[in-house]
Amino acid sequence: MSPPDATSRVIHPKLTRILALIRKEGLQVLRDPSSFAIGIVLPLILILLYGYGVTFDVKHVPVAIVYESPSPDAAELTSGFTLSPYFDVRAVTSMAQADELMLNRQVDGVIFVRENLSRESRLSGAPVQLIVHGVDANRARIMQAYAQGALASTSIRQIDETGAKSDDTGGVGAVTVQNRLWFNDANDSHYFLVPGLIVLVMTLIGATLTAMVMAREWERGTLEALFVTPIQPDEILIGKLVPYFLLGLAGLGICVLAARFLFHVPFRGSLWVLAFTSMLYLLVTLGMGLLISSTLKSQFLASQMTQLVTVLPATMLSGFVYDLHSVPAVIRIISYVVPARYFVSLLQTLFLAGNVWSVILPNSFMLGVVAAALLLMTRRVIRKSLE
Amino acid sequence: MTSSDRPAAVVSCDGLSKRFALKDPTKEALTRVSFSAASGAITAFVGSDGAGKTTLLRLIAGLYMADQGRLTVLGVDVRADPKTVQTQIGYMPQRFGLYDDLTVEENLDLYADLHGVSASFRQARYPDLMEMTALGPFRQRLAGQLSGGMKQKLGLACTLISTPRLLLLDEPTAGVDPLSRRELWDIIRKLVQSDRLAVIVATSYLDEADRCDHAVVMHGGKILAQGPPATITRMATGKSFSLAARDGEKPRDLQARLLGRAGVVDAVPEAGRVRVVVNQDPAVDDLTRIAPEFSDALAVPAHFEDGFMTLLMTQTPPVDAAADQAAKARSGPIIQSHEGEPPAISVKGLTKRFGPFVAVDNVSFEVGKGEIFGLLGPNGAGKTTTFRMLCGLLAVTSGQLQLSGADMRQNRAQARARMGYVAQKFSLYGLLSVRENLDFFASVYGLSGARKTQRIDAALRQFDLTAMANVGAAQLAGGFKQRLAMAAGLLHQPDILFLDEPTSGADPQARRDFWRRITDLSDQGVTVIITTHFMAEAEYCDQIAILDSGHVLAQGSPGEIRLRGKSDKVNDPTMEDAFIAIVEAARRIDSPHIGAAA
Repeated sequence: MSPPDATSRVIHPKLTRILALIRKEGLQVLRDPSSFAIGIVLPLILILLYGYGVTFDVKHVPVAIVYESPSPDAAELTSGFTLSPYFDVRAVTSMAQADELMLNRQVDGVIFVRENLSRESRLSGAPVQLIVHGVDANRARIMQAYAQGALASTSIRQIDETGAKSDDTGGVGAVTVQNRLWFNDANDSHYFLVPGLIVLVMTLIGATLTAMVMAREWERGTLEALFVTPIQPDEILIGKLVPYFLLGLAGLGICVLAARFLFHVPFRGSLWVLAFTSMLYLLVTLGMGLLISSTLKSQFLASQMTQLVTVLPATMLSGFVYDLHSVPAVIRIISYVVPARYFVSLLQTLFLAGNVWSVILPNSFMLGVVAAALLLMTRRVIRKSLE
Repeated sequence: MTSSDRPAAVVSCDGLSKRFALKDPTKEALTRVSFSAASGAITAFVGSDGAGKTTLLRLIAGLYMADQGRLTVLGVDVRADPKTVQTQIGYMPQRFGLYDDLTVEENLDLYADLHGVSASFRQARYPDLMEMTALGPFRQRLAGQLSGGMKQKLGLACTLISTPRLLLLDEPTAGVDPLSRRELWDIIRKLVQSDRLAVIVATSYLDEADRCDHAVVMHGGKILAQGPPATITRMATGKSFSLAARDGEKPRDLQARLLGRAGVVDAVPEAGRVRVVVNQDPAVDDLTRIAPEFSDALAVPAHFEDGFMTLLMTQTPPVDAAADQAAKARSGPIIQSHEGEPPAISVKGLTKRFGPFVAVDNVSFEVGKGEIFGLLGPNGAGKTTTFRMLCGLLAVTSGQLQLSGADMRQNRAQARARMGYVAQKFSLYGLLSVRENLDFFASVYGLSGARKTQRIDAALRQFDLTAMANVGAAQLAGGFKQRLAMAAGLLHQPDILFLDEPTSGADPQARRDFWRRITDLSDQGVTVIITTHFMAEAEYCDQIAILDSGHVLAQGSPGEIRLRGKSDKVNDPTMEDAFIAIVEAARRIDSPHIGAAA
């Protein structure tokens, strides 16, 4: 009549109960298409979207070059642009044609080479007009710089050829800046975005999924039945953590593989450190989701709140989109309460710089503290009571 | 193991009080409640909405902590050690606590693991539970795909897996058809006999309480009376009568006329007559002063329900003034004839298929103007599907649908303007006040200006909602919510009103109030189509149809249907007997296993 004998009660029942809860939650995740969608499909979509769709790089910009009259110098100039990976050149013969292309947004810039290029360039050195589509100011500035670069390379070649004349002309291209971008040699924004993307995916899995799970049990009344069993609050917490923790690790794996093999982002740190810090961050987001969910007890409210306090700050204030060194001081201060910022620093360091312990240790410590605090708070909120 | 060495009282509480800080209509307070429940006995908590039944159950389960008083369960003080209590009891909350996305077996495994039930014990217990609940063939089915009745049985099985000594069931049979209800009760009774289990059930079915060992009648957070059900019944002994309607008046009209009269405790239509409970001494008082029909009244044995109503009447102020007025307004019998007019609704060969699944198969019926038509049937019989087709919410696969002689399919918009629909889950806006809700629905129906104001005021008056006009709909108690839903459905003065299980989970008083309004509407010429799980409510209808698996099994007046429940064992069948007999007979022919309706 009475359940198991007293000797096996001491250790086993707790473990049995935790395993039962984990299995239950796991089955629910597997059967609920939306969990699977958020855990696996969403990371994939985000990777492809952010990886291929969103890029801050300026490459293959369509430009028109207007030759009023073809000349050897003009041809020389063209080669400077056509050889550049940053421009796709269309040659036209009148400014009117170029205007039209610009208005139709078929080109983003016009390079106007004057009729008497050959003579003028030798006299004043400024025979070329550059017009840039300025709607996207950022892009326009980058284009401008690239175009100047392309023109400068032409000038240098000319100088080399004419040798002695270099002292007289001075001006364009006499001195060139040797650019060297540290930590992002190729000036590829994927290097910057993909680690940030990992943060976003982990936040989504960690917080969005768990924000629903406790609230769902409250709404469906299943928690009421669970409470009237020998179950303990810490067991409920662990039972909820483990499945989503594993799901989060799967999402992390997908992201890291994509970063490495799809976008060729270099990985300079140690995988172990990456795994450890990611787990810490997962615990943070899981803690946030569970805390919100257990407190609000409504799926709708919890999901809204999660967007507001986890996903949005993780996107905007973590250094994922905007480098925190270039934002106003106030925002930088606010960003210190966003756990994602610590993880973004960690990831960017691990991917692009290596095991820089002076960055890794303080950031990991912060993540650990936040995770512990959140989980303890959640543990306190989950009480076996309906009041 | 044995019951002899255990104290008889499994639950005992004394002066238990519980208040809630927040004004939450779902949380009912308790004031100085004392009672005890013994092992091997079934205790029923009965009472109106807000009586405190659920609160008391939750206190016993250790889910709430009492503010005052003493509560011991299985010899343990619940406040001091809820965990020990929770380890030894089984508790089924109102929504059963099942995981819809787990299978039957996985749900059982979960609860077995949580209770630490050993594998060997499980092997012995599962077959018993499966046999008891007839869920054996569905072990791999997801709980979410079970019918309401099966879910309830699974919920029960989950609480029984740990062989608890005390079972707490919160409205286990709400919204479930009579067949499933009876199956569930058979299981519970067997358990009590074989395992000497103590069972406490909160229920709004008074007939269920009647068959328990101990009844606790609650009202407004207090216990009004308790004891063997017979002691409650005795309160109406000698005061129950059966009256016949005269001059062609319908029994429900006579009933509505009697209800709320001074001296009348309760009146319900029953078997083509009206059952009346009076609170006057028939030996002393002249009952014909209440109504002339009492002159040839038959004295009938009291029911538990009669005693319950008498008890409530002594404690609460007599019926609200509006009901009294309404009763007075009905000075004489209202006889209206709508003969010669085309039927309000005419349905021929109505069929609905969802892929290969036939939800409604060749259903035909006619409902005359001002009639009340009841659709009865087990869960999943096709009632709601039929309803949705009638309202034009669902496309008809084949068949004819006519409203007052006009084809419904051709002028759907026009037809809709003449219909009111109150869905199973009241579609009200919780954050809007009563008046704002009505205002919104009036606008939706195209009312505006003075006419809108006039209709809203009329609706507030008709449903006694004037005092609550500015209360948020979410704050209303169950019965008021339902009135508001009906008021909203009637704003545009429809000719036909559709009500989908309007009385599920409602307490006896709320249901009487509801039917009084329905009778009024019918007298005003409104045609009413209604579904219900309370078989006694079929007595209010002019015509009923019993549906199962999309087929009409029986159709006719309540009297005709009731006769079909007659058997060797049952001489004077109730509507419920008839329903069970009809559905079981049909299923025996159809398929060998019962209860498989999804």
